[in-house]
Amino acid sequence: MIRVLNWIDERFPVRQLWNEHLAHYYAPKNFNFWYYFGSLAILVFVIQIVTGIFLTMHYKPSSEHAFASVEYIMRDVPWGWLIRYMHAVGASAFFVIIYLHMFRALLYGSHREPRELVWLLGCIMYVLLMAEAFMGYLLPWGNMSYWGAQVIISLFTAIPWAGDALAEWLRGDFVVSDATLNRFFAFHVALIPLVLTGLVVIHILALHAVGSNNPDGIEIKKIKDEDGNPKDGIPFHPYYTVKDLFGAVVFLIVFLGVVFFIPELFGLFLEKDNFQPASILQTPSDIVPLWYFTPFYSILRAVTYPLFGIDAKFWGVVCMGLSIVLFFLLPWLDRSPVKSIRYRGWMYKTALTLFTISFIVLGYLGMKNPQHVDLFWFPNLVWAQFLFFIYFGFFLLMPLYTKWDKTKPEPERVTFK
Amino acid sequence: MDDRVDTKRRRFLTKVTVAAWAVGGTVAAFPFIRSMTPSERARAAGAPVAIDISRLEPGQMIKEEWRGKPVWIVRRTTEMLDKLMTLDDLLADPGSERSDQPAYAQNPHRSRMPEVLVMIGVCTHLGCSPVQNFAIGPASGLGDDWPGGFFCPCHGSKFDLSGRVYKNVPAPTNLVVPPYKFLNDTLILVGEDDGGTA
Repeated sequence: MIRVLNWIDERFPVRQLWNEHLAHYYAPKNFNFWYYFGSLAILVFVIQIVTGIFLTMHYKPSSEHAFASVEYIMRDVPWGWLIRYMHAVGASAFFVIIYLHMFRALLYGSHREPRELVWLLGCIMYVLLMAEAFMGYLLPWGNMSYWGAQVIISLFTAIPWAGDALAEWLRGDFVVSDATLNRFFAFHVALIPLVLTGLVVIHILALHAVGSNNPDGIEIKKIKDEDGNPKDGIPFHPYYTVKDLFGAVVFLIVFLGVVFFIPELFGLFLEKDNFQPASILQTPSDIVPLWYFTPFYSILRAVTYPLFGIDAKFWGVVCMGLSIVLFFLLPWLDRSPVKSIRYRGWMYKTALTLFTISFIVLGYLGMKNPQHVDLFWFPNLVWAQFLFFIYFGFFLLMPLYTKWDKTKPEPERVTFK
Repeated sequence: MDDRVDTKRRRFLTKVTVAAWAVGGTVAAFPFIRSMTPSERARAAGAPVAIDISRLEPGQMIKEEWRGKPVWIVRRTTEMLDKLMTLDDLLADPGSERSDQPAYAQNPHRSRMPEVLVMIGVCTHLGCSPVQNFAIGPASGLGDDWPGGFFCPCHGSKFDLSGRVYKNVPAPTNLVVPPYKFLNDTLILVGEDDGGTA
């Protein structure tokens, strides 16, 4: 065994790679609960790739056969239901994990200098994940798939001049059709997973180059022992591999619980309108994207006033785009001298709390009819318009309130809480 | 032989190589990008369709398909037509000046024959198909003064019974009226009018 390893090592640096990224990669010793979600994201990515490959063995990407082939997977393919439900629930699980992973950055300042590039790569992957999920949702060719795709592609028509031509180019037809389904299949199973895989590797390489952040938001590389290793660091393997294995087991218990017992999660993970084949003549009575898009969908719908002589549709699309683009700018919007929320003052704590509430409530409103009253006093649209300002205020006022905020002194060494 | 590197020459060659590959790359990308535009078959599929309205009762609507889009035909009652004249203040484009329709449909009823409305049932906001809601007042669920019309469930746009859009809703323009003509009293050809095929 050792001889085989030596033989390979003389030709390819296996040991060096293993050491650099696992056995001798020093991670801060005070990681907490929030640090599970990076490795869990990789786990779900693997689940999606594996289940996806097995689904393509039975799925047919044509408008005539797609819906029936999904039913065939569910009823006739041995264990097909399990593989398909794992894939469908996996998509939602992916977003749960990514949102928590991103929230961790907002808590402890993981996106701040020197980790801006790690954050940017993450944001790109987040956008790609949304594209991947959106295209995957068209594939069952249910009625919600169809109309969801129709709406999202129509977003591009808001672009002046080139919009209509661009939407037509994306669809490959004048409406969402067989051509659209076919190319979405190509993007969903080949292009985006390929790019994502590459970006995951670069994301981790970039992280390992600068070193992991920690709940105290201080740089452990500043204080090193006589061997040149950070005093507050421990080797990723075996310490964190073991921790992450434990996290993976807990995650799998919850994940498989959902897969086995409530795979549709009451219409949240699989919408009821999608159990009906796509129909050109009939829009579902309440067309909503899946839950992970609804905060942005709420923002799109919240804009109902024309500005500067340009109609509201254009501004809605601009605001929705902006609500995602602003995430990319976070490392530069934040002017606080400290990174972790532990040493920040009341302003950032309040802002982050309000933002989190606005994100969740906008997500809830995005699933509801804008004219109805689901919260209290005001119709959903009015609430969404109010939360719209909180959402954007969090980002746009950040340079001010992070500068004014009174911070506490950071410790020299990491702490345990 | 001279061992020194001619850096000027080397830089020039680098630039030329980059430029040549950039041009080649752009040219090579063209067929791939172009392959994603609608195919000849998709373009040919847009032939006009004839729709029979002999059994369409006043106050009712039928849905047909033309170019993969829903086409609505509504036979409006006199009360419905009268109501159209009272809505101008509520509408964003009552005169259909910014909207897409043949010249013969740029009028309050937006049709050739006042009672028969022919319209593409695709919201001008983001392409959903609005739903008919011809009930009047509280029964519609759209408020006490709702005069009957169309409501888009996706983003809440409202249209009157001529497909004219209300103010302060996301849809920017009125619903599109396709070119059409009457072959006889009860047969409509959608996709073609006296001006030619769309």
